[in-house]
Amino acid sequence: MKTVQLAIIGGGPAGLAAAAAAYDAGLRDILILERSGELGGILNQCIHAGFGLHTFHQELTGPEYAQRYIDAVQERNIPAWTDCMVLDVSPEKVLTVTGRSVGLQQIKAQAVVLAMGCRERPRGALSIAGTRPAGIWSAGTAQRMVNMEGYLPGQQVVILGSGDIGLIMARRMTLEGAEVKAVAEVMPYSGGLKRNIVQCLDDFDIPLYLSTTVVEIHGQEHLTGVTLAQVDDRRLPVAGTERYIPCDTLLLSVGLLPENELTRQAGAVLDAVTGGPAVDETLATSLPGVFACGNVLHVHDLVDFVSQEAAAAGRSAARYVLEGVKDSESIRLEGKNGVRYTVPQTLHRGGAPVTVRFRVGQPYRNAALCAYAGDTLLKRIPKRILTPGEMESFPLDPAAIPAGTDTVTFVVEEAQVQ
Amino acid sequence: MKRELICIGCPMGCQLTAEVENGVVTSVSGNTCPRGEAYAKKECVAPARTVTGTVAIEGAALPVLPVRTAGEVPKALVHEVARALRTVTVHAPAAIGDVVLQNVCGTGVDVVASKNVTRI
Amino acid sequence: MYDAVIVGGGAVGCAVARWLSRYQLRICLVERSEDVCTGTSKANSAICHAGFDAPIGSAKARFNVAGSQMMEALSHQLDFPYRRCGALVLCFDEADVPRLEELKSRGERNGVEGLAVLDREALRRQEPRVAPEAVAALYAPTSAIICPFGMTIALAENAAANGCEFRFNTEVQRICREGDHFLLETAQGVLESRVVISAAGVHGDTLHNQLCETKLTIVPRRGEYCLLDRRDGELVQHTIFQLPSAMGKGVLVSPTVHGNLLVGPTAEDQDDKDCTATTAAGLRRVTETAARSVPNLPMRDVITSFAGLRAHLVGGDDDFIVGESADGFFEAVGIESPGLSSAPAIGQYLAELAAEKLGAAEKDDFIPERQDIPRPREMDFAARQALIEKDPSYATVVCRCEQITEGEIREAIRRGARSLDGVKRRVRAGMGRCQGGFCSPRTLELLHEELGIPMTELTKSGGDSRLLAGRTKEVLS
Repeated sequence: MKTVQLAIIGGGPAGLAAAAAAYDAGLRDILILERSGELGGILNQCIHAGFGLHTFHQELTGPEYAQRYIDAVQERNIPAWTDCMVLDVSPEKVLTVTGRSVGLQQIKAQAVVLAMGCRERPRGALSIAGTRPAGIWSAGTAQRMVNMEGYLPGQQVVILGSGDIGLIMARRMTLEGAEVKAVAEVMPYSGGLKRNIVQCLDDFDIPLYLSTTVVEIHGQEHLTGVTLAQVDDRRLPVAGTERYIPCDTLLLSVGLLPENELTRQAGAVLDAVTGGPAVDETLATSLPGVFACGNVLHVHDLVDFVSQEAAAAGRSAARYVLEGVKDSESIRLEGKNGVRYTVPQTLHRGGAPVTVRFRVGQPYRNAALCAYAGDTLLKRIPKRILTPGEMESFPLDPAAIPAGTDTVTFVVEEAQVQ
Repeated sequence: MKRELICIGCPMGCQLTAEVENGVVTSVSGNTCPRGEAYAKKECVAPARTVTGTVAIEGAALPVLPVRTAGEVPKALVHEVARALRTVTVHAPAAIGDVVLQNVCGTGVDVVASKNVTRI
Repeated sequence: MYDAVIVGGGAVGCAVARWLSRYQLRICLVERSEDVCTGTSKANSAICHAGFDAPIGSAKARFNVAGSQMMEALSHQLDFPYRRCGALVLCFDEADVPRLEELKSRGERNGVEGLAVLDREALRRQEPRVAPEAVAALYAPTSAIICPFGMTIALAENAAANGCEFRFNTEVQRICREGDHFLLETAQGVLESRVVISAAGVHGDTLHNQLCETKLTIVPRRGEYCLLDRRDGELVQHTIFQLPSAMGKGVLVSPTVHGNLLVGPTAEDQDDKDCTATTAAGLRRVTETAARSVPNLPMRDVITSFAGLRAHLVGGDDDFIVGESADGFFEAVGIESPGLSSAPAIGQYLAELAAEKLGAAEKDDFIPERQDIPRPREMDFAARQALIEKDPSYATVVCRCEQITEGEIREAIRRGARSLDGVKRRVRAGMGRCQGGFCSPRTLELLHEELGIPMTELTKSGGDSRLLAGRTKEVLS
């Protein structure tokens, strides 16, 4: 059986950054496993600009950003197997992989970095009533068809979901000659960046209907239209507000789900809120020697944070292989009162300062993010604005946590809900 | 003339009000930082955008190549620039930065490749 | 001139085709849609019922029990998924227990084996997650779950291997008797046949009424379902029914043979014979009613919902009509539940009737077995490796959620899939939790490569269901 020191599952921005960082931390026997034909992951289809503001102080397109890390991996001669799917990871870190050029193989790894990214929530998971015709696409699949295969799914478009993928596709479809008739958003606020509202909707006079959802799909073999309706504060449709919009394409941008089938099969503990593995400050999962980073851990909005997180995971994996792991007291981290979750979910005493990341559950203005050990306030960061669409970073020094603390709680305080 | 716009400089999304006279922004209010003022001034007088899209490519694994305008172009020309991309066919290989369409729509800005693509 | 034309490519039609292909006859199956298994047969509970529910002495009882007894052996012969998981009919009121007993004796009269009435404790031992309100249950060990597409496609392929012709996109618009044979005017021209066997689902009345004195009316009865992620496939071990009560017929909660959890159906009559839309109210009712059997079902794990139409005969005695309804015209009409379970038995029966009518002789080179497309995900390591060595396209996984390989998809296309759904029904690509979000682009490319059809003409399921409007460079605003 082939052996490697470090196997990285996924050759997108997370996997690539983890690989380069592991190399720089001293590992030499690294293998990247990528299921598509090229490295770069989802960035290959994100042809719009806006990536890398924090990392490179430039606004790169997805492929341009990916190339920086592909170059990094190639400069370090780190091998990557493309067209190669990992079918299983055993708790003992034996990977079963399959691919045309490698056949069916097992690889024993000393350490594994999980960087499989996420998938899109489909129509079926929303139980939208109506027919099941052609013309319904998740926004990311449509993005792939347009930006990589070069095909337009349709010309009269309605988009459900105002997260960034929905907004980006509103612009993309318009620039390719389609008419985007509406973007409907079930929440009373958009989940996407303000710049995307302006540059993807306002620029093209595409209406955004908040607190609105698709309640019915029409068209026997091909989509002919959708019925929109307003929703109440429990997100349930309000009778009498139905409105029919003729269209031949419905794009769904209704949520990203970390792709953790392998993680689950391997037996790692998952966090029910993030959908990803529970990790400590080194990004180690509950399985020894298995680390996670990027969208598989929790869904990110800025690829810069993915790269930072992945580099940390790569360094941790290298440390695990080269030095082993020291046991130390572990403290639980939790989110309450507006903070939906934390990554990491635990941290160890005696470690270096940690960036704790999370999302809030609703928008806030003139609020503060606070970390408490019991009743003791550890740190308070005032925030003029907090929104679910933007992941927050909270630096925390374990040394500042009083002895005897078993849980640090992160909360939003003194908020005025928008 | 009064113009209302949302600042895109940061997630605050401040609601800005700009006074525009004779093509000059005379005042900006509603911003909570200087970036907002700068943005309003540019957006009201000479709004510009980066355009990204694809052009046809031959000899590569995929039939389209992602491209971008090398700089910003006038917002009013965005549709025309997007349409101009349809007229271009390039041949693999392509490298990030290769010019695929010079001076698109007379803007003085080139359209360049935004992905490395090998010849198959 | 055909000896026999079978109208309808669902489970019954394909079963007829398969059994009729045992004879030295020129037979053709005509189907209005682009593929077999696109009507009622593709949207049902996927249950092979034990046969206790149908009235004693009815055609439903006869064919259900016969089909149930045939199904396991057939599943091996034709290589389609079958699992005898058993069923429990739950009763929620002590006063209703005699009705369970009645069902049991009805089943026994129908020929069903192993039936037993379980008390509260025995029920909970069999099925720990069942609602505390369930006081007793009828246990039917011979109830099974199958893959309805698997069975229908297997029957069709076996029939084709034995010489049966298939014509798709061939709706029969008019049928009449002409002397000693039949004329069928179809969307693709006129066909002539000595006998006709109708298995036309919700359209069975249209055909019947053109040839028979007494008229029939079929009302499509819509059943809506929710399908849950395979993660939840082991929440229950058996198919859980609800004893019909004042509240209605109840819905089932069942594992599927592929490891999902299926919940449904409702029963709502509608006018439109072709519309399989789900409704908000129907999907809600599925969720609410199912909760009575198994509380706290993880409905957030629903990956898709769908509706199917059953052919319900209006008036009459609520039974199948199976037989020769006019000289040389055979039919299976009103094939609602337990239609899927009965299909092989109905197919065999009608085929033998027709063969006798035609005075047909049996072939001595009939091939009774059929092998499904290889399923690498179910193979052990060595077998999977050997398959890959023979054909490397089985090493490339295309559908990540269900682990379906390129080799399987190519083979599905070679065996007749011409659309995304055609591939889906044959090898499950697109049936997983992402519902084709990841694999559809690649499956479309494979269809394009194998069939030489331009991408812009590829469809979801034939007809007008084209998927792509055009190449981005050609579509103009």
